[in-house]
Amino acid sequence: MSALLEVDGLSKYYPVLERRLFRASKQTEIRAVDGVSFSVAEGETLGLVGESGCGKTTTARSILNLVEPSDGAVRFQGEDIVPVFRGGDRARILAIRRSLQYVFQDPYLSLNPRWTIGETLKEPLRVHRPEAPETWDARIGELLRMVGLEPHHAWRYPHEFSGGQRQRVGIARALAIEPRLLILDEPVSSLDVSVRAQILNLLAELQDRLGLAYLYISHDLSSVRYISTHVAVMYLGKLVEIGPVDDIFTRPRHHYTRALLSAIPVPSPGAAQDRIVLQGEVPSAMRRPTGCPFHPRCAAALPVCAQSEPLLMPPSAPHRAACHNPL
Amino acid sequence: MLSTLAPASSPPVVAAPAPLLQVRDLRVHFHTREGVVRAVDGVDYHVNPAETLGIVGESGSGKTVSSLATLRLVPPPARMAGGQILFEGQDLLAKKPAEMAALRGRRIAMIFQNPATSLNPIYSIGAQLGEILMWHEKASRAEADARVVELLGLVGISDPGARLRQFPHELSGGMKQRVGIARALLCNPSLVLADEPTTALDVTIQAQILELLADLQKRFRMSMVLVTHDMGVVARMASRITVMYAGRVCESADAATIFNAPRHPYTRALLESMPRIDHSYTGAARRPLPTIAGRPPNLLNPPPGCRFHDRCPEAAPECRRLLPLETPVGPGHTVSCLKRGSEGIAA
Repeated sequence: MSALLEVDGLSKYYPVLERRLFRASKQTEIRAVDGVSFSVAEGETLGLVGESGCGKTTTARSILNLVEPSDGAVRFQGEDIVPVFRGGDRARILAIRRSLQYVFQDPYLSLNPRWTIGETLKEPLRVHRPEAPETWDARIGELLRMVGLEPHHAWRYPHEFSGGQRQRVGIARALAIEPRLLILDEPVSSLDVSVRAQILNLLAELQDRLGLAYLYISHDLSSVRYISTHVAVMYLGKLVEIGPVDDIFTRPRHHYTRALLSAIPVPSPGAAQDRIVLQGEVPSAMRRPTGCPFHPRCAAALPVCAQSEPLLMPPSAPHRAACHNPL
Repeated sequence: MLSTLAPASSPPVVAAPAPLLQVRDLRVHFHTREGVVRAVDGVDYHVNPAETLGIVGESGSGKTVSSLATLRLVPPPARMAGGQILFEGQDLLAKKPAEMAALRGRRIAMIFQNPATSLNPIYSIGAQLGEILMWHEKASRAEADARVVELLGLVGISDPGARLRQFPHELSGGMKQRVGIARALLCNPSLVLADEPTTALDVTIQAQILELLADLQKRFRMSMVLVTHDMGVVARMASRITVMYAGRVCESADAATIFNAPRHPYTRALLESMPRIDHSYTGAARRPLPTIAGRPPNLLNPPPGCRFHDRCPEAAPECRRLLPLETPVGPGHTVSCLKRGSEGIAA
């Protein structure tokens, strides 16, 4: 399958002023995202995982230019969209946004509390389908049914809905203009277990029905396993491993991936899980270790790991890991 | 799916001596402008000496309120509407406020969910932990400092002496939670209540904290109540599990039974609805997850009869009418479900 979205060397640096006692402040930068490359094919789901601060949300936002990337290319259907956003040609930007939509993490914060659900769903239509206002109401009813709500819900306000229902509205809003790819940023994290399964089922069903591609961002690895066809693992702004979902979960090659997987408590008491408890914490992005960013916490670190940064190997294989001493 | 779970490995529950904590028919009601919300409505559970009881449930199930009630810390619109909380044989609900204050932090301690908000930002670690010892044990400043340093070392904080003068904002989330654990253990409590102690943390830090808690629990033979929504965390930590739904207990049993042979329809549905990290869902294995239809009831107006009946695949007409009572179905295993032989009362 052809790649719908191709992210190539995407980076986002934030300049920071490091204030020092008795010395002049030093201008440095935080590399929130550092040379990340991956692709998402049509109809597939790439799960982007990692701990807080690893850069997964910044990566997602850079793709849509919600934060402006510092470097790298984002190709959508072969066209680099970074210069399009920079160029500011509204018609072309809207055309990209019609195909790439974002579903936010917190359904409590991402819906306008003073708008009815109908008004919220009308907004994307007003922007992207201004030529046919007579079709809007029918489309809103159709969207609500598509996500498992009823057309009469359009008159209600967000506070009248539960978290799961609000997330359905968030998904309906993203689907309003028939995108090709949805960026889902922790869409089930704030939901209860029994509601989570409903939303995951909805996402899977919509994908099968509409042929959507997903970039699914989460720290909840069990939902990633369920929804994804491929998984990319990030650590301190770097992609450390990427591959087909079952390969990543059953035969991880990067030591960080293995530790991350073994840290998830499995719901079977007494399960013989060979747990690897990582020592220490993720270093601050301002004091990123040299070489492999994971080497200070890695049990298999070699001297070379502190010196040179590993690349994703083997280069063109589906399953790649950035490690000098892979599993 | 349940048959593929790992075989039982924890030993069968033997008739334990007197439980350390026995909660009987606990009722906590919130008196709001709209009416009375029955957040906890007739809950029974017990904790044996030196064991970890996991209380699991979704938000609004009453798990946090019932653990706060143990310390009589339920916030104002809430009132204790009935029941007994027997701790070492004495009813905590009958104690005077001063007697409760002497117990809190000394015999029963709490580890809170969010380490960022449960530490006082304007006091140093040494000051806020030392205060507990100076209050409860009339320790001197120097004695308190020595004990705090000892505990900080025990929970894996490097250079504990220097931390005394640090403030919470200087520590990472995982470190703060370690301080929270040290604070709970200062006076050697016999019971520790941990409310979602790792929910605010990343998974690799969660693994560190869970390992620490399990180790300390074993070392000091404490009893622990672990309140969580994460079935994986209870599977790792708890020897017995109580499942709550809408202010009532559905099922209590040892951990292996809850996971391998649950009897209550809610427990079963909850376990089946979770995607599992150790299952493949690619290709033909990708099919919808079993879900629980609908959503938890509004406790302002709970449905009559069994609280779960309108979402239950097995509901019978009598479930709409009768509230099931907890009934033993095996050694140490109780279920509240009319379809499993529970008696029902009209309510």
